[in-house]
Amino acid sequence: MADAIQAAPAPHTAPTTWAGRFFDSDVWASFKRSKLTMAAALLTALFMASAILAGILSPQDPFDPAQLELMNSRLPPIWDAEGQMPFMLGTDEQGRDILSAILYGLRISLTVGILGVAFSATLGITLGLVAGYIGGTVDAIIMRIADVQLTFPAILIALLVDGVVKSVLGGQLDEMTTLSVLVFSIGLSFWVQYARTVRGSVMVEKNKDYIAAARLIGLPAPVIMLRHVLPNVLGPVLVIATINLALAIITEATLSFLGTGMPETMPSIGTLIRIGNNYLFSGEWWIVAFPGIALAVLVLAINLLGDWLRDALNPKLR
Amino acid sequence: MTQPVLSVRDLRVEFVTRRGILKAIDGISFDIGKGEVLGVVGESGAGKSVTGSAVVGLIDPPGRIAGGEIWLSGMRIDNLPPEEMRRVRGKRIGMIFQDPLTSLNPLYRVSEQLIETIRTHTNLSASGARKRAIDLLAEVGIPAPERRIDSYPHEFSGGMRQRVVIALALCAEPELIIADEPTTALDVSVQAQIISLLKRLGREHGTAIMLVTHDMGVIAETADRVAVMYAGRIAEIGPVRDVVQNPLHPYAKGLMGAIPSLESDANRLVQIPGSMPRLSAIPPGCPFNPRCPYVFDRCRVERPEPIQHSEHRVACHLYDQSPVRSEAVA
Amino acid sequence: MFAFIIRRALQAIGVLLAVGIISFAMFRFAGDPVNQIVSLDTPAAEREQVRRSLGLDDAVPVQFARYLGQAVRGEFGVSYQFRQPVSDLLAERMPATLELALCATLFATGFGVLMGVYSGLKRDSLLAKVFQTISLIGISLPTFLIGILLIYLFAVTLGWLPSYGRGDTVRLGWWSTGLLTTSGLKALILPSITLGLFQMTLIMRIVRAEMLEVLRTDYIKFARARGLTTRAIHFGHALKNTLVPVITIVGLQFGSVIAFAIITETVFQWPGMGLLFVQAVQNVDIPIMAAYLMLVALIFVVINLAVDILYTIVDPRLRTSIRQPA
Repeated sequence: MADAIQAAPAPHTAPTTWAGRFFDSDVWASFKRSKLTMAAALLTALFMASAILAGILSPQDPFDPAQLELMNSRLPPIWDAEGQMPFMLGTDEQGRDILSAILYGLRISLTVGILGVAFSATLGITLGLVAGYIGGTVDAIIMRIADVQLTFPAILIALLVDGVVKSVLGGQLDEMTTLSVLVFSIGLSFWVQYARTVRGSVMVEKNKDYIAAARLIGLPAPVIMLRHVLPNVLGPVLVIATINLALAIITEATLSFLGTGMPETMPSIGTLIRIGNNYLFSGEWWIVAFPGIALAVLVLAINLLGDWLRDALNPKLR
Repeated sequence: MTQPVLSVRDLRVEFVTRRGILKAIDGISFDIGKGEVLGVVGESGAGKSVTGSAVVGLIDPPGRIAGGEIWLSGMRIDNLPPEEMRRVRGKRIGMIFQDPLTSLNPLYRVSEQLIETIRTHTNLSASGARKRAIDLLAEVGIPAPERRIDSYPHEFSGGMRQRVVIALALCAEPELIIADEPTTALDVSVQAQIISLLKRLGREHGTAIMLVTHDMGVIAETADRVAVMYAGRIAEIGPVRDVVQNPLHPYAKGLMGAIPSLESDANRLVQIPGSMPRLSAIPPGCPFNPRCPYVFDRCRVERPEPIQHSEHRVACHLYDQSPVRSEAVA
Repeated sequence: MFAFIIRRALQAIGVLLAVGIISFAMFRFAGDPVNQIVSLDTPAAEREQVRRSLGLDDAVPVQFARYLGQAVRGEFGVSYQFRQPVSDLLAERMPATLELALCATLFATGFGVLMGVYSGLKRDSLLAKVFQTISLIGISLPTFLIGILLIYLFAVTLGWLPSYGRGDTVRLGWWSTGLLTTSGLKALILPSITLGLFQMTLIMRIVRAEMLEVLRTDYIKFARARGLTTRAIHFGHALKNTLVPVITIVGLQFGSVIAFAIITETVFQWPGMGLLFVQAVQNVDIPIMAAYLMLVALIFVVINLAVDILYTIVDPRLRTSIRQPA
């Protein structure tokens, strides 16, 4: 019955520029159709912008001890009778403005998340290309490692890598090193999916005639293949990267919450939640609640974007 | 004349889609008598299987019965509430599907599926149902049924599995069996066995059989009467010998020309030019008119109603003798 | 079938060996085993003596073989922080983690299957949409936030349930259980929900998708054509067929549940292996980290094997196809 219902494709000329193709595509059409997706995209953009502009938007620099006054400690949000301007979302025990801390924390969380995803994507794509192109033992070893790693949850890998790297580096680490260690451990926990996708695509391309032809006339086959493989895997990689960004942010927050991530001197959202958690029982709920909400909304928005992107790029999956 | 087992009157089935309503069945009428085999042929998409599903009340949304009546031995069944229709299914109407590989639940033993069906429709005890299940398997020709009954479906061959499916359709001695392409998925050598089994069962139990297939050879061998469907309508219906040897409708003529025959000296099969229209693009008038070699003006405007012509009923303006109608066109 | 299980068992041993190498590398090179014996201010000569007595001068493969041999006997060295054998520490903490993981899995499976079946059968109903929303939230909310939220609601605000610890435990031989006391059971509720929520949404999504898939199959259509009751079709035929993938997921996820318990145990100060592991990472206690990795790998591998075997019991098709390879 299905073939009877199909309509003939409308005559259509494809735009040639990248941007033109994008706005002409089904992806853009499905984006305009889904209000939820647009809201998610708006929220994500808002989070990114406020992270970038944290320095301008925040009433206070939470990392500058000179600006903190103990007099202002543990103030509730301003809609509470005891609330005070400019501390809209209240303050913590050091008199740190929660809103400013969240904005600066977002900056850290997003930085670690994006760098972590970039690192894992680079690592995964490279290993996938190598495994697919060279094949044989190298392929077997890389994919076997991928299989074994995939049986363990990313958070466990990230914790292990984190622990081992700290042990190798030894002693107290400064903030930037800690951040790099986080990026490294998150990157190592999420490369498998990229590698599998890219490897599959390389395997398909490898046997095509143009590769043989390129070899014959002495062109660098890997470079040519890359030009063909990358556009094929761009869609899936983008989907994986979006969904992994949410996962990377959660992983960073979790590591910081567990006390193995960002230190209190340069807190990420996860660190803020860990600090706030200590005040849950004494009634200062806002210290944990607002960072928690910020994290949840950010992750939800990115997840919604990822879900939509997956459906839009693979209509078959719907 | 005795009351027919199945009587379908002006049945219409529609599918509601985003692009509008598609008429899958557009006003068909036919009867099947006790012990009679009615073959229903046509290309895929002609509405054969939908007719079968409509009779057992298994048209799923977005499809719906939009009009007409279905009578089973004098009882109207197209408007029964779901729960009562369920009791009719399996008990009074048995159904056999195309693919025996997928018709049986792979996770249950054959015995479990048979006993479940028998006990749904009869008051037999578990042991009584098991005995009946063994008898049924023996009847459909499964060797050593006492031993085989506790096997899983995948442990049977395709032909044997279709026998199991037939046994399941027979569980409650139905008055009517609807066999939807029962041999299409089987090896050619097994097809003949299944057909002769169906024929024998119909004869012995007096069961009416509606045999849906696109294979004219199967129809010629099995059916008493045949209905040729085209684009949701019955083009021609009549005794199988007459329709095969002397088809009236131009489409039926083309279809019969497509049966390879050992006796015929023609060494090329006749082909009907073109293909059946999509449901969304059925032409006005006679749906066959774009492909018909005998087409004339009236065919493009007026829908042909079935008319009795000797023992056939045929929906074609070529056989309409009434002068009144032809005037209506001019 | 026997050959199949042997093959899977060999694969499992391969995985364990790979993890063993990583674990050994951590133990030997990331951490300095000498630190297990001596304190930081021990003179170099003495350290060298200890080094030799520990066999750290031997060839690396020899050391690896020795490490594996000790691991098989359950010896993983001494914790830097606690100055106790790692195996004792893990054995002491294991019951808490296993009981938590088991309760979380039961919770996740029970509710996940129920919600999945419901939203598969009545996909357009309001409740099904509510379930879908819960599942999206369950996947988006980090585990520790769920834990904090539950603690705030049920422990801080309402005061119904404890916010940390295992409650009273009873010793059965070396196993300490919280399942036999009221306070132990109450203490299990919040951590189990926290830990199980993610798996629950996962199971729900899979059951729903499978249910929709199965309801479209020919055998369901044939079951309807045979006039079976809706109940028999949905719960006898459709549900049983959806359970095959559910078993895999529940089985494979049990390993993840144990690993994810790290977070839940930290939020609820649950005295299990996960909390021990987090403390080990915080304090760079390499022997515990290495041992925990080996232990989790072992649990994963055993579960994978068990799922494979369970598969063949549920799906009769596999039994023959395994017996006679196609």
